[in-house]
Amino acid sequence: MVQPLPDRLRETASQTAGPYVHIGLIPHQAGFDIFETTFSNVLVTPATRGERIRIEGRVFDGADEPVRDVLVEIWQANAAGRYNHPADRQQAKPIDESFRGWGRTGSDFETGIWQFETIKPGPVDGRKGHRPMAPHISLWIAARGINIGLQTRLYFADEADANAADPVLNLIEQRSRRETLLARREERDVPTYVLDIRLQGPQETVFFDV
Amino acid sequence: MSEPDRDVSQGEALDREFLQRDRGLHPPPLTPDYKTSVLRSPHRALISLQSSLSEVTGPVFGHGELGPLDNDLIRNYARDGEPIGERILVHGLVRDENGRGVPHTLVEFWQANAGGRYRHRNDRYLAPIDPNFGGCGRALTDAQGYYYFRTIKPGPYPWRNFLNSWRPAHIHFSVFGSGFAQRLITQMYFEGDPLIWRDPMVLGIPDRAAAERLIAPLDLAAALPLDMLAYRFDIVLRGRQQTLFENKLQGN
Repeated sequence: MVQPLPDRLRETASQTAGPYVHIGLIPHQAGFDIFETTFSNVLVTPATRGERIRIEGRVFDGADEPVRDVLVEIWQANAAGRYNHPADRQQAKPIDESFRGWGRTGSDFETGIWQFETIKPGPVDGRKGHRPMAPHISLWIAARGINIGLQTRLYFADEADANAADPVLNLIEQRSRRETLLARREERDVPTYVLDIRLQGPQETVFFDV
Repeated sequence: MSEPDRDVSQGEALDREFLQRDRGLHPPPLTPDYKTSVLRSPHRALISLQSSLSEVTGPVFGHGELGPLDNDLIRNYARDGEPIGERILVHGLVRDENGRGVPHTLVEFWQANAGGRYRHRNDRYLAPIDPNFGGCGRALTDAQGYYYFRTIKPGPYPWRNFLNSWRPAHIHFSVFGSGFAQRLITQMYFEGDPLIWRDPMVLGIPDRAAAERLIAPLDLAAALPLDMLAYRFDIVLRGRQQTLFENKLQGN
Protein backbone atom coordinates (compact mmCIF):
# COMPACT_ATOMS: atom_id res chain seq x y z
CA MET A 1 0.00 0.00 0.00
CA VAL A 2 1.02 3.60 -0.54
CA GLN A 3 -0.39 6.75 0.88
CA PRO A 4 -3.53 7.82 -0.95
CA LEU A 5 -3.37 11.06 -2.91
CA PRO A 6 -5.60 13.82 -1.63
CA ASP A 7 -9.03 13.72 -3.18
CA ARG A 8 -9.54 15.70 -6.31
CA LEU A 9 -12.91 16.52 -7.79
CA ARG A 10 -13.69 15.03 -11.17
CA GLU A 11 -14.88 17.08 -14.10
CA THR A 12 -18.60 17.04 -14.82
CA ALA A 13 -19.34 14.81 -17.81
CA SER A 14 -20.30 16.46 -21.09
CA GLN A 15 -23.61 15.80 -22.77
CA THR A 16 -24.81 16.83 -26.20
CA ALA A 17 -26.26 20.32 -26.61
CA GLY A 18 -29.20 18.71 -28.43
CA PRO A 19 -31.31 20.09 -31.29
CA TYR A 20 -32.84 22.90 -29.23
CA VAL A 21 -29.61 24.51 -28.00
CA HIS A 22 -30.90 27.77 -29.51
CA ILE A 23 -33.53 28.14 -26.79
CA GLY A 24 -30.92 28.71 -24.15
CA LEU A 25 -28.09 30.26 -26.09
CA ILE A 26 -29.70 32.01 -29.11
CA PRO A 27 -33.40 32.38 -28.18
CA HIS A 28 -34.33 34.60 -31.13
CA GLN A 29 -33.26 31.81 -33.48
CA ALA A 30 -35.51 29.39 -31.60
CA GLY A 31 -38.32 31.82 -32.37
CA PHE A 32 -38.79 34.09 -29.34
CA ASP A 33 -37.25 37.01 -27.48
CA ILE A 34 -36.76 36.88 -23.74
CA PHE A 35 -33.59 38.65 -22.57
CA GLU A 36 -32.90 42.37 -22.51
CA THR A 37 -29.43 41.73 -23.89
CA THR A 38 -28.42 38.83 -26.08
CA PHE A 39 -25.10 37.56 -27.30
CA SER A 40 -24.49 37.55 -31.02
CA ASN A 41 -22.15 36.90 -33.92
CA VAL A 42 -21.12 40.57 -34.21
CA LEU A 43 -17.92 41.14 -32.22
CA VAL A 44 -17.19 44.65 -33.43
CA THR A 45 -18.47 48.08 -32.51
CA PRO A 46 -17.56 51.29 -34.39
CA ALA A 47 -14.79 51.85 -31.83
CA THR A 48 -13.12 48.47 -32.31
CA ARG A 49 -9.61 48.68 -33.77
CA GLY A 50 -8.49 46.48 -36.65
CA GLU A 51 -9.39 45.24 -40.09
CA ARG A 52 -13.09 44.32 -40.39
CA ILE A 53 -13.57 40.83 -41.71
CA ARG A 54 -16.32 38.26 -41.92
CA ILE A 55 -15.67 34.62 -41.25
CA GLU A 56 -18.09 32.14 -42.71
CA GLY A 57 -18.51 28.45 -43.32
CA ARG A 58 -20.56 25.34 -42.95
CA VAL A 59 -20.16 22.20 -40.88
CA PHE A 60 -20.58 18.93 -42.79
CA ASP A 61 -21.42 15.51 -41.38
CA GLY A 62 -20.04 12.14 -42.48
CA ALA A 63 -22.59 11.97 -45.32
CA ASP A 64 -21.42 15.36 -46.62
CA GLU A 65 -24.66 17.05 -45.57
CA PRO A 66 -24.49 20.45 -43.89
CA VAL A 67 -25.26 20.36 -40.18
CA ARG A 68 -28.14 22.82 -39.88
CA ASP A 69 -28.50 22.89 -36.10
CA VAL A 70 -24.92 23.57 -35.04
CA LEU A 71 -23.80 26.12 -32.45
CA VAL A 72 -20.49 27.85 -33.18
CA GLU A 73 -18.58 30.02 -30.69
CA ILE A 74 -15.35 31.86 -31.39
CA TRP A 75 -12.63 33.29 -29.14
CA GLN A 76 -9.84 35.48 -30.44
CA ALA A 77 -7.27 38.13 -29.62
CA ASN A 78 -7.61 41.74 -30.70
CA ALA A 79 -5.85 43.38 -33.65
CA ALA A 80 -2.68 43.74 -31.57
CA GLY A 81 -2.68 40.07 -30.62
CA ARG A 82 -3.82 40.43 -27.00
CA TYR A 83 -6.74 38.69 -25.31
CA ASN A 84 -9.17 40.72 -23.25
CA HIS A 85 -8.62 38.55 -20.16
CA PRO A 86 -6.56 38.96 -16.97
CA ALA A 87 -4.43 35.88 -17.67
CA ASP A 88 -2.98 37.56 -20.76
CA ARG A 89 0.10 39.43 -19.56
CA GLN A 90 1.51 40.48 -22.93
CA GLN A 91 2.08 43.95 -21.51
CA ALA A 92 3.56 45.43 -24.68
CA LYS A 93 0.29 44.94 -26.54
CA PRO A 94 -2.69 47.17 -25.72
CA ILE A 95 -6.09 45.84 -24.63
CA ASP A 96 -8.91 47.07 -26.85
CA GLU A 97 -11.72 47.92 -24.43
CA SER A 98 -14.25 47.79 -27.26
CA PHE A 99 -13.43 44.20 -28.18
CA ARG A 100 -14.36 41.25 -25.95
CA GLY A 101 -13.16 38.71 -28.49
CA TRP A 102 -16.03 36.26 -28.13
CA GLY A 103 -19.17 35.58 -30.12
CA ARG A 104 -21.70 32.86 -30.83
CA THR A 105 -24.09 31.95 -33.58
CA GLY A 106 -26.18 29.11 -34.93
CA SER A 107 -25.99 27.85 -38.48
CA ASP A 108 -28.90 28.77 -40.73
CA PHE A 109 -31.68 26.15 -40.49
CA GLU A 110 -31.90 25.99 -44.31
CA THR A 111 -28.39 26.53 -45.67
CA GLY A 112 -26.25 25.50 -42.69
CA ILE A 113 -24.11 28.64 -43.11
CA TRP A 114 -22.64 30.30 -40.01
CA GLN A 115 -21.01 33.75 -40.00
CA PHE A 116 -19.26 36.19 -37.68
CA GLU A 117 -18.50 39.87 -38.13
CA THR A 118 -15.16 40.46 -36.45
CA ILE A 119 -11.64 41.77 -36.94
CA LYS A 120 -8.52 39.98 -38.02
CA PRO A 121 -6.54 39.08 -34.88
CA GLY A 122 -2.86 39.85 -34.43
CA PRO A 123 -0.28 37.18 -33.60
CA VAL A 124 -0.21 35.97 -29.99
CA ASP A 125 2.91 34.87 -28.08
CA GLY A 126 3.49 31.14 -28.09
CA ARG A 127 4.62 29.14 -25.10
CA LYS A 128 8.02 30.13 -23.78
CA GLY A 129 10.71 29.05 -26.19
CA HIS A 130 8.26 28.82 -29.07
CA ARG A 131 7.58 31.08 -32.00
CA PRO A 132 4.63 33.44 -31.86
CA MET A 133 1.41 31.80 -32.94
CA ALA A 134 0.13 32.79 -36.38
CA PRO A 135 -3.07 34.83 -36.32
CA HIS A 136 -5.89 32.45 -35.53
CA ILE A 137 -9.40 32.22 -34.09
CA SER A 138 -10.40 29.42 -31.72
CA LEU A 139 -13.69 27.73 -32.60
CA TRP A 140 -15.87 25.59 -30.39
CA ILE A 141 -18.78 23.72 -31.90
CA ALA A 142 -21.65 21.89 -30.27
CA ALA A 143 -24.74 20.27 -31.74
CA ARG A 144 -27.17 17.39 -31.63
CA GLY A 145 -25.11 14.24 -32.14
CA ILE A 146 -21.91 15.82 -30.80
CA ASN A 147 -21.34 14.36 -27.33
CA ILE A 148 -18.54 16.69 -26.30
CA GLY A 149 -17.83 20.11 -27.81
CA LEU A 150 -15.23 20.09 -30.58
CA GLN A 151 -12.31 22.52 -30.44
CA THR A 152 -10.56 23.66 -33.58
CA ARG A 153 -8.78 26.73 -34.96
CA LEU A 154 -9.26 28.94 -37.99
CA TYR A 155 -6.03 30.18 -39.58
CA PHE A 156 -5.80 32.59 -42.50
CA ALA A 157 -4.56 31.14 -45.80
CA ASP A 158 -3.00 34.50 -46.75
CA GLU A 159 -0.63 34.34 -43.73
CA ALA A 160 1.55 31.66 -45.30
CA ASP A 161 4.83 32.64 -43.62
CA ALA A 162 3.33 32.93 -40.15
CA ASN A 163 1.41 29.68 -40.64
CA ALA A 164 4.58 27.87 -41.68
CA ALA A 165 6.17 28.83 -38.35
CA ASP A 166 3.06 28.30 -36.17
CA PRO A 167 3.87 25.99 -33.24
CA VAL A 168 0.38 24.44 -33.22
CA LEU A 169 0.04 23.77 -36.95
CA ASN A 170 3.49 22.18 -36.78
CA LEU A 171 2.23 19.65 -34.24
CA ILE A 172 -0.04 18.15 -36.89
CA GLU A 173 2.05 15.34 -38.31
CA GLN A 174 0.35 15.03 -41.70
CA ARG A 175 0.94 18.27 -43.58
CA SER A 176 -2.15 17.78 -45.72
CA ARG A 177 -4.29 17.85 -42.58
CA ARG A 178 -2.99 21.33 -41.66
CA GLU A 179 -4.85 22.68 -44.68
CA THR A 180 -8.18 21.79 -43.09
CA LEU A 181 -7.66 24.75 -40.75
CA LEU A 182 -6.89 27.36 -43.42
CA ALA A 183 -9.67 29.81 -44.32
CA ARG A 184 -9.47 31.26 -47.83
CA ARG A 185 -9.99 34.97 -48.39
CA GLU A 186 -12.76 36.19 -50.70
CA GLU A 187 -13.18 39.88 -51.56
CA ARG A 188 -16.86 40.66 -51.01
CA ASP A 189 -18.63 43.68 -49.47
CA VAL A 190 -16.54 42.83 -46.41
CA PRO A 191 -13.41 40.70 -46.85
CA THR A 192 -14.62 37.20 -46.02
CA TYR A 193 -12.63 34.21 -44.89
CA VAL A 194 -14.37 30.92 -45.65
CA LEU A 195 -13.74 27.77 -43.64
CA ASP A 196 -15.80 24.61 -44.00
CA ILE A 197 -15.56 22.12 -41.17
CA ARG A 198 -15.87 18.41 -41.88
CA LEU A 199 -16.75 16.28 -38.90
CA GLN A 200 -15.88 12.97 -40.53
CA GLY A 201 -14.37 11.51 -43.69
CA PRO A 202 -11.35 11.94 -45.96
CA GLN A 203 -11.13 15.72 -45.48
CA GLU A 204 -11.90 15.56 -41.76
CA THR A 205 -11.04 18.80 -39.94
CA VAL A 206 -8.33 18.65 -37.29
CA PHE A 207 -9.84 18.83 -33.80
CA PHE A 208 -7.78 19.48 -30.70
CA ASP A 209 -7.67 18.12 -27.18
CA VAL A 210 -6.74 21.44 -25.62
CA MET B 1 10.62 24.56 -37.81
CA SER B 2 13.99 26.27 -37.78
CA GLU B 3 13.70 26.96 -34.07
CA PRO B 4 14.04 23.91 -31.84
CA ASP B 5 10.71 22.80 -30.44
CA ARG B 6 11.80 23.14 -26.84
CA ASP B 7 9.41 22.35 -24.06
CA VAL B 8 9.88 25.12 -21.55
CA SER B 9 6.69 25.21 -19.65
CA GLN B 10 6.02 28.77 -18.58
CA GLY B 11 6.28 32.10 -20.30
CA GLU B 12 5.79 35.31 -18.38
CA ALA B 13 2.47 35.79 -20.08
CA LEU B 14 1.27 32.28 -19.26
CA ASP B 15 0.89 31.61 -15.56
CA ARG B 16 -1.66 28.83 -15.49
CA GLU B 17 -2.31 25.67 -17.40
CA PHE B 18 -5.23 23.31 -17.36
CA LEU B 19 -5.05 19.73 -16.23
CA GLN B 20 -5.57 17.37 -19.09
CA ARG B 21 -9.22 16.53 -19.64
CA ASP B 22 -9.94 12.93 -18.56
CA ARG B 23 -11.86 11.79 -21.62
CA GLY B 24 -12.76 8.56 -19.86
CA LEU B 25 -15.27 10.60 -17.86
CA HIS B 26 -16.97 11.92 -20.97
CA PRO B 27 -19.01 10.16 -23.63
CA PRO B 28 -16.77 9.39 -26.61
CA PRO B 29 -17.73 11.04 -29.91
CA LEU B 30 -19.27 7.83 -31.27
CA THR B 31 -22.06 6.29 -29.16
CA PRO B 32 -24.04 4.33 -31.80
CA ASP B 33 -27.19 3.89 -29.68
CA TYR B 34 -27.48 7.67 -29.87
CA LYS B 35 -27.95 7.47 -33.61
CA THR B 36 -27.16 11.04 -34.60
CA SER B 37 -23.62 10.60 -33.22
CA VAL B 38 -22.82 8.08 -35.98
CA LEU B 39 -22.35 10.67 -38.75
CA ARG B 40 -21.34 13.54 -36.48
CA SER B 41 -18.35 11.96 -34.71
CA PRO B 42 -14.78 12.53 -35.89
CA HIS B 43 -13.01 9.30 -36.81
CA ARG B 44 -9.48 10.60 -36.38
CA ALA B 45 -7.63 11.15 -33.14
CA LEU B 46 -7.69 14.57 -31.49
CA ILE B 47 -4.38 16.46 -31.59
CA SER B 48 -3.28 17.15 -28.02
CA LEU B 49 -2.12 20.69 -27.24
CA GLN B 50 -0.42 22.09 -24.19
CA SER B 51 -2.13 25.23 -22.96
CA SER B 52 -1.28 28.46 -24.72
CA LEU B 53 -2.76 31.88 -24.10
CA SER B 54 -5.52 30.94 -26.54
CA GLU B 55 -6.73 28.21 -24.19
CA VAL B 56 -6.21 29.72 -20.72
CA THR B 57 -8.09 32.89 -21.58
CA GLY B 58 -11.79 33.16 -22.30
CA PRO B 59 -14.66 35.60 -22.40
CA VAL B 60 -15.49 37.65 -19.31
CA PHE B 61 -19.13 38.56 -18.64
CA GLY B 62 -20.48 41.28 -16.37
CA HIS B 63 -23.56 41.68 -14.22
CA GLY B 64 -24.71 44.55 -16.41
CA GLU B 65 -25.36 42.11 -19.24
CA LEU B 66 -27.99 40.15 -17.32
CA GLY B 67 -31.52 41.26 -16.59
CA PRO B 68 -33.05 41.01 -13.09
CA LEU B 69 -35.32 38.10 -14.06
CA ASP B 70 -32.80 36.15 -16.12
CA ASN B 71 -32.48 33.47 -13.41
CA ASP B 72 -36.23 33.23 -12.73
CA LEU B 73 -37.91 31.03 -15.34
CA ILE B 74 -41.19 31.25 -13.41
CA ARG B 75 -41.41 34.96 -14.17
CA ASN B 76 -39.11 35.77 -17.08
CA TYR B 77 -41.65 34.84 -19.76
CA ALA B 78 -44.88 35.27 -17.73
CA ARG B 79 -47.59 36.88 -19.86
CA ASP B 80 -50.95 36.60 -18.11
CA GLY B 81 -50.03 34.37 -15.18
CA GLU B 82 -47.46 31.89 -14.00
CA PRO B 83 -46.41 28.70 -15.81
CA ILE B 84 -48.04 25.37 -14.95
CA GLY B 85 -45.93 22.71 -13.26
CA GLU B 86 -43.83 21.77 -10.25
CA ARG B 87 -42.13 24.86 -8.87
CA ILE B 88 -38.49 24.14 -8.06
CA LEU B 89 -35.26 25.84 -7.10
CA VAL B 90 -32.10 24.52 -8.79
CA HIS B 91 -28.86 25.57 -7.15
CA GLY B 92 -25.27 24.55 -6.63
CA LEU B 93 -21.60 25.37 -6.81
CA VAL B 94 -19.39 25.63 -9.86
CA ARG B 95 -15.90 24.53 -8.79
CA ASP B 96 -12.79 23.34 -10.55
CA GLU B 97 -11.13 19.98 -9.99
CA ASN B 98 -8.92 21.56 -7.34
CA GLY B 99 -12.07 22.33 -5.37
CA ARG B 100 -11.88 26.07 -5.87
CA GLY B 101 -15.09 27.92 -6.60
CA VAL B 102 -15.24 29.43 -10.08
CA PRO B 103 -16.42 33.00 -9.41
CA HIS B 104 -18.36 35.33 -11.71
CA THR B 105 -18.72 32.80 -14.49
CA LEU B 106 -21.69 32.56 -16.81
CA VAL B 107 -24.07 29.61 -16.37
CA GLU B 108 -26.88 29.27 -18.91
CA PHE B 109 -29.72 26.76 -18.82
CA TRP B 110 -32.63 25.72 -21.05
CA GLN B 111 -35.37 23.13 -20.84
CA ALA B 112 -38.79 21.92 -21.94
CA ASN B 113 -41.97 22.88 -20.07
CA ALA B 114 -43.87 20.67 -17.62
CA GLY B 115 -45.34 18.66 -20.51
CA GLY B 116 -42.02 18.07 -22.27
CA ARG B 117 -42.58 20.66 -25.01
CA TYR B 118 -39.81 23.06 -26.04
CA ARG B 119 -40.47 26.61 -27.17
CA HIS B 120 -38.55 26.08 -30.41
CA ARG B 121 -39.70 26.38 -34.00
CA ASN B 122 -38.43 22.87 -34.77
CA ASP B 123 -40.23 21.08 -31.87
CA ARG B 124 -43.51 19.62 -33.10
CA TYR B 125 -44.38 17.34 -30.17
CA LEU B 126 -48.14 17.34 -29.61
CA ALA B 127 -47.92 18.45 -25.96
CA PRO B 128 -48.86 22.15 -25.81
CA ILE B 129 -46.70 25.22 -25.35
CA ASP B 130 -47.20 26.94 -21.99
CA PRO B 131 -48.00 30.58 -22.79
CA ASN B 132 -46.21 31.71 -19.63
CA PHE B 133 -43.04 29.69 -19.96
CA GLY B 134 -40.04 30.45 -22.16
CA GLY B 135 -37.65 27.81 -20.87
CA CYS B 136 -34.31 29.54 -20.62
CA GLY B 137 -32.30 31.51 -18.12
CA ARG B 138 -28.80 32.43 -17.04
CA ALA B 139 -26.85 33.50 -14.00
CA LEU B 140 -23.38 34.59 -13.01
CA THR B 141 -21.86 32.65 -10.13
CA ASP B 142 -21.04 34.69 -7.03
CA ALA B 143 -17.58 35.11 -5.50
CA GLN B 144 -17.72 31.52 -4.14
CA GLY B 145 -18.96 29.97 -7.38
CA TYR B 146 -22.59 29.61 -6.27
CA TYR B 147 -25.56 29.93 -8.65
CA TYR B 148 -29.29 29.41 -8.39
CA PHE B 149 -32.45 29.72 -10.44
CA ARG B 150 -36.18 29.18 -10.07
CA THR B 151 -38.08 27.15 -12.64
CA ILE B 152 -40.72 24.52 -13.41
CA LYS B 153 -39.64 20.88 -13.41
CA PRO B 154 -39.48 19.80 -17.07
CA GLY B 155 -41.39 16.77 -18.36
CA PRO B 156 -39.94 13.85 -20.33
CA TYR B 157 -40.44 13.91 -24.06
CA PRO B 158 -40.28 11.47 -26.96
CA TRP B 159 -37.63 11.69 -29.65
CA ARG B 160 -36.93 9.94 -32.92
CA ASN B 161 -34.07 7.63 -32.00
CA PHE B 162 -35.52 4.21 -31.34
CA LEU B 163 -39.23 3.91 -32.07
CA ASN B 164 -40.13 4.38 -28.40
CA SER B 165 -37.33 6.59 -27.05
CA TRP B 166 -38.11 9.07 -24.26
CA ARG B 167 -35.68 11.51 -22.75
CA PRO B 168 -35.65 11.63 -18.96
CA ALA B 169 -36.62 14.98 -17.44
CA HIS B 170 -33.54 17.15 -17.81
CA ILE B 171 -32.21 20.69 -17.85
CA HIS B 172 -29.41 21.64 -20.27
CA PHE B 173 -26.48 23.60 -18.80
CA SER B 174 -23.78 25.65 -20.51
CA VAL B 175 -20.81 26.82 -18.44
CA PHE B 176 -17.77 28.92 -19.34
CA GLY B 177 -15.18 28.90 -16.56
CA SER B 178 -12.15 31.17 -16.68
CA GLY B 179 -10.55 29.83 -19.88
CA PHE B 180 -11.99 28.76 -23.22
CA ALA B 181 -10.60 25.24 -22.67
CA GLN B 182 -13.04 24.81 -19.75
CA ARG B 183 -16.09 25.34 -21.97
CA LEU B 184 -18.70 22.71 -21.16
CA ILE B 185 -22.26 21.82 -22.08
CA THR B 186 -24.02 19.12 -20.09
CA GLN B 187 -27.43 17.99 -18.86
CA MET B 188 -28.84 17.67 -15.34
CA TYR B 189 -31.20 14.82 -14.49
CA PHE B 190 -33.54 14.39 -11.51
CA GLU B 191 -33.15 11.87 -8.68
CA GLY B 192 -35.32 8.82 -9.00
CA ASP B 193 -36.34 9.17 -12.65
CA PRO B 194 -36.73 5.62 -14.09
CA LEU B 195 -35.96 6.88 -17.61
CA ILE B 196 -32.38 7.87 -16.74
CA TRP B 197 -30.80 4.43 -17.12
CA ARG B 198 -32.65 3.78 -20.38
CA ASP B 199 -31.29 6.92 -22.02
CA PRO B 200 -28.56 6.46 -24.66
CA MET B 201 -27.06 9.86 -23.83
CA VAL B 202 -26.60 8.93 -20.18
CA LEU B 203 -25.51 5.41 -21.08
CA GLY B 204 -22.95 6.87 -23.49
CA ILE B 205 -20.89 7.99 -20.49
CA PRO B 206 -18.38 5.17 -19.95
CA ASP B 207 -17.83 5.91 -16.23
CA ARG B 208 -20.88 5.02 -14.15
CA ALA B 209 -19.92 7.36 -11.32
CA ALA B 210 -19.50 10.24 -13.77
CA ALA B 211 -23.00 9.55 -15.12
CA GLU B 212 -24.42 9.46 -11.57
CA ARG B 213 -22.91 12.89 -10.91
CA LEU B 214 -25.30 14.31 -13.51
CA ILE B 215 -28.27 13.35 -11.32
CA ALA B 216 -29.38 16.13 -9.00
CA PRO B 217 -30.63 14.98 -5.59
CA LEU B 218 -33.77 16.36 -4.02
CA ASP B 219 -32.61 19.01 -1.54
CA LEU B 220 -35.39 19.43 1.02
CA ALA B 221 -33.25 21.68 3.19
CA ALA B 222 -33.23 24.27 0.42
CA ALA B 223 -36.95 23.94 -0.37
CA LEU B 224 -39.26 26.82 0.49
CA PRO B 225 -42.19 25.39 2.52
CA LEU B 226 -45.59 25.81 0.85
CA ASP B 227 -43.86 27.28 -2.21
CA MET B 228 -41.27 25.18 -4.03
CA LEU B 229 -39.04 22.11 -3.84
CA ALA B 230 -35.31 22.24 -4.52
CA TYR B 231 -32.67 20.22 -6.35
CA ARG B 232 -28.92 20.56 -5.90
CA PHE B 233 -26.62 20.41 -8.93
CA ASP B 234 -22.90 21.00 -8.45
CA ILE B 235 -20.72 21.40 -11.53
CA VAL B 236 -16.99 20.70 -11.75
CA LEU B 237 -14.84 22.29 -14.45
CA ARG B 238 -11.30 21.35 -15.34
CA GLY B 239 -8.67 22.27 -12.78
CA ARG B 240 -5.41 24.06 -13.21
CA GLN B 241 -2.03 22.51 -12.85
CA GLN B 242 -0.30 23.47 -9.64
CA THR B 243 3.35 22.58 -9.57
CA LEU B 244 6.00 23.70 -7.16
CA PHE B 245 8.27 24.78 -9.97
CA GLU B 246 5.80 27.04 -11.65
CA ASN B 247 4.45 28.79 -8.62
CA LYS B 248 7.23 28.76 -6.04
CA LEU B 249 10.74 28.14 -7.24
CA GLN B 250 10.61 30.42 -10.24
CA GLY B 251 8.86 33.09 -8.22
CA ASN B 252 6.95 36.04 -9.59
